[in-house]
Amino acid sequence: MDALDVARWQFGVTTVYHFLFVPLTIGLSLLVAILQTLWYRTGNERYLKLTKFYGKLFLINFAMGVVTGIVQEFQFGMNWSDYSRFVGDVFGAPLAIEALLAFFLESTFLGLWIFGWDRLPRRIHLATIWAAAIGSTLSAYFILAANSWMQHPVGYRINPDTGRAELTDIWAVLTNKVTLATFPHTLAGCFLVAGALMVSVALWHLMRHRNTTDESLTADPADTPATTGTPVHRIRRWRNRRPTATLAAHSATDTSAFRFAAKFGAIVTLVAAVGVLISGDFQGKIMTDVQPMKMAAAEGLYHTEQPAAFSVLTIGSLDGTRELYALKIPYLLSFLGTGDPHGQVQGINDLQAQYVSEYGPGSYTPVIPITYWSFRFMIAFGMAAAAIALWALWATRRGRTPTSRWLLRAAIIMPILPLAANCFGWIFTEMGRQPWVVFGEMLTRDGVSRSVSMTEVITSFTTFTLIYATLAVIEVRLLLRYARAGLPDVTPPPEPDDDTADEDRPLAFAY
Amino acid sequence: MDLTTVWFLLIAVLFTGYFILEGFDFGVGALLPVLGRDDRERRVLINTIGPVWDGNEVWLITAAGALFAAFPEWYATLLSGFYLPFLLILVALIGRGVAFEYRHKRPDARWKQRWDAVITAGSVIPAVGWGIIFANIVRGVPLDANHDYTGGLTDLLNPYALLGGATTAALFLTHGAVFLALKTNGDIRTRAGNLAARITPAALALSAAFLTWTLTQRHTPTAVALAVAAALALTGAFAATLVRREGWAFAGTATAIGLTVATLFAALHPNVLPSTTDPAGTLTVLNAASNPYTLKIMTWVAVIFTPVVLAYQGWTYWVFRRRISVTNIPH
Repeated sequence: MDALDVARWQFGVTTVYHFLFVPLTIGLSLLVAILQTLWYRTGNERYLKLTKFYGKLFLINFAMGVVTGIVQEFQFGMNWSDYSRFVGDVFGAPLAIEALLAFFLESTFLGLWIFGWDRLPRRIHLATIWAAAIGSTLSAYFILAANSWMQHPVGYRINPDTGRAELTDIWAVLTNKVTLATFPHTLAGCFLVAGALMVSVALWHLMRHRNTTDESLTADPADTPATTGTPVHRIRRWRNRRPTATLAAHSATDTSAFRFAAKFGAIVTLVAAVGVLISGDFQGKIMTDVQPMKMAAAEGLYHTEQPAAFSVLTIGSLDGTRELYALKIPYLLSFLGTGDPHGQVQGINDLQAQYVSEYGPGSYTPVIPITYWSFRFMIAFGMAAAAIALWALWATRRGRTPTSRWLLRAAIIMPILPLAANCFGWIFTEMGRQPWVVFGEMLTRDGVSRSVSMTEVITSFTTFTLIYATLAVIEVRLLLRYARAGLPDVTPPPEPDDDTADEDRPLAFAY
Repeated sequence: MDLTTVWFLLIAVLFTGYFILEGFDFGVGALLPVLGRDDRERRVLINTIGPVWDGNEVWLITAAGALFAAFPEWYATLLSGFYLPFLLILVALIGRGVAFEYRHKRPDARWKQRWDAVITAGSVIPAVGWGIIFANIVRGVPLDANHDYTGGLTDLLNPYALLGGATTAALFLTHGAVFLALKTNGDIRTRAGNLAARITPAALALSAAFLTWTLTQRHTPTAVALAVAAALALTGAFAATLVRREGWAFAGTATAIGLTVATLFAALHPNVLPSTTDPAGTLTVLNAASNPYTLKIMTWVAVIFTPVVLAYQGWTYWVFRRRISVTNIPH
């Protein structure tokens, strides 16, 4: 273990952690904007309640995304200064543009949205959440353009005097085909998480509510022995550690609101799942073309095949050079990778030999088990979320309120699944690029800061890990607390006052 | 004007904007235990910056992004060299940002007390840290011919830099107190005004000492003029505070902070990070910059979008222009 390894671990931990908050920031901001638009258009109170309810969950998550994002921007310079020197000319531009175009929009308008309920006309207030949501989405585009350049560098040249990459065509960087494929894929992944969270919370309340009314004659459910009651009762007792008094009886509005949210969230999840599949397929073909080693590693394909079979399960030797056992579907990999069932897909060993002759001696193979399994986990977790969404949609059809305890359990774990899919997707795409930090141009080990000592990098890694772990506990508890609390009582906000209005009136929202 | 000079100026503008805006945020956070006697009062203080602090912090994100894009060598050497100060600032900003959002999420007093402590520490640390960092940038640090930092943490904690840290802390506290007097009503407003009147002379003395020391190291006519103007602006702020002209006082501290940062950049130019050991290690606007194409693209982006950002951020301040008092805090 040396400073390089610690810096790599730090990047992995802080980046995956940061990305736990990004999908909800992007996905939920747009869903909340849609809910508020529905309220604006219809005046139906249930949409206002949902806007405020999911808005709170969104903000608890957003704060974490913001503060962990700052670390990302500084980390390149702190731990990867030689990388920064090499790529700054190309890579810095999308980062700076992201801050100027996206982050200002997001942060400023979100401040207006949070505090502006009684300060802005309704129409303007609605526009602020849309502006913030657009800001978040834009930020994804620019940061993905930067990342895609590392996967598939375009629009640059290497300056022979300085040895640094120099931008020659910003348009090529912004329309990098990897960016164009990754952006929709990532966005769809974000909506998968946001939709799943919406279903999860709504379904839980809906099923619990049914239970509350059924049980209204029971004095205190906590007194009933654990073995009695419907399965739903047992689950609820297991989940719910708060006293009965706080289980505010749902009004008819709340029930209809959660019913809407469950269905709407399920539809969002399903549409997102289709989007993930289509964009993922598109992305896979580009990857086969520009990063064939990543595709080969994702498939555990050691030898070039034509036609190539898709590996459902491959177990390789520990040194990652040959396969021991494989279960395969013929032609499928060729089709996924090239669009032609008889297309050629290059294998790890052949690519390794080719890279050695191209870049000199060394290993150009990523860690196969991580690449192989993260690719599969990504797909499996994402599709599991979609399956639960389908189930939820079916169970709530034509006014039904589901009772299955398995569905309730599935609903509770549902948001974790697409979140895990997002994490594995990033682990796959970043680990699959190794040993390169910029594919074909710079090895990760050459990008690390030479002036940073082992002690320094261990200090920062430990500090971030401890703080992040503490904040994770706090954040999850808050999310659960607010998710359980249910829909707030709302009085539609007054139209904005002029300066002559009562100056002592409480603010509509205050920290 | 040469594009590298344009970008040196833009970086200076971004950091100036950052320190003017987040300067009062830091001041408010640091004064939380001083001016906020109970929970409601502390909520008044926090809510004066509630809608705007996050947008203010984006000035830092943009400044760092612009540094990366326009002067990659500067960005790389600075962040890897000043490793532990930046780590501390990041930790402070993380805690503080989460604290604003989470503090009011639970009613119990201990929860709030803890987050209040995080806000205060998270405001004091960057207020001091930024002064230490910028003083060292102007003074220069040990760099080798590869522009890598060769010093240790103690090299960064020299007397000049510590004076710089004390100066920014004093300036931000004053700026925060003046801002609170401008944005609150009732008892807090009076106390904030009194406090501002008490601490402005200290900020003035520290700034004068720090700027004089800066100019003895490198004095260009521009830097001297800016430093004198900074001192005058702070004196003006003091006078305005004494007669309770809160708007003018705030304009004075904002100008003083802006001119102080401008003095540092003027004293630095055309270097961006001088080496105190190997002269070949010195980073200048020329050897640290990106190629002209990148600078040209970035200039267009900045020219088009900076006014837009300024317009909507300015509008936000207009929307939340009203003073807040304890009666406005909902239960």
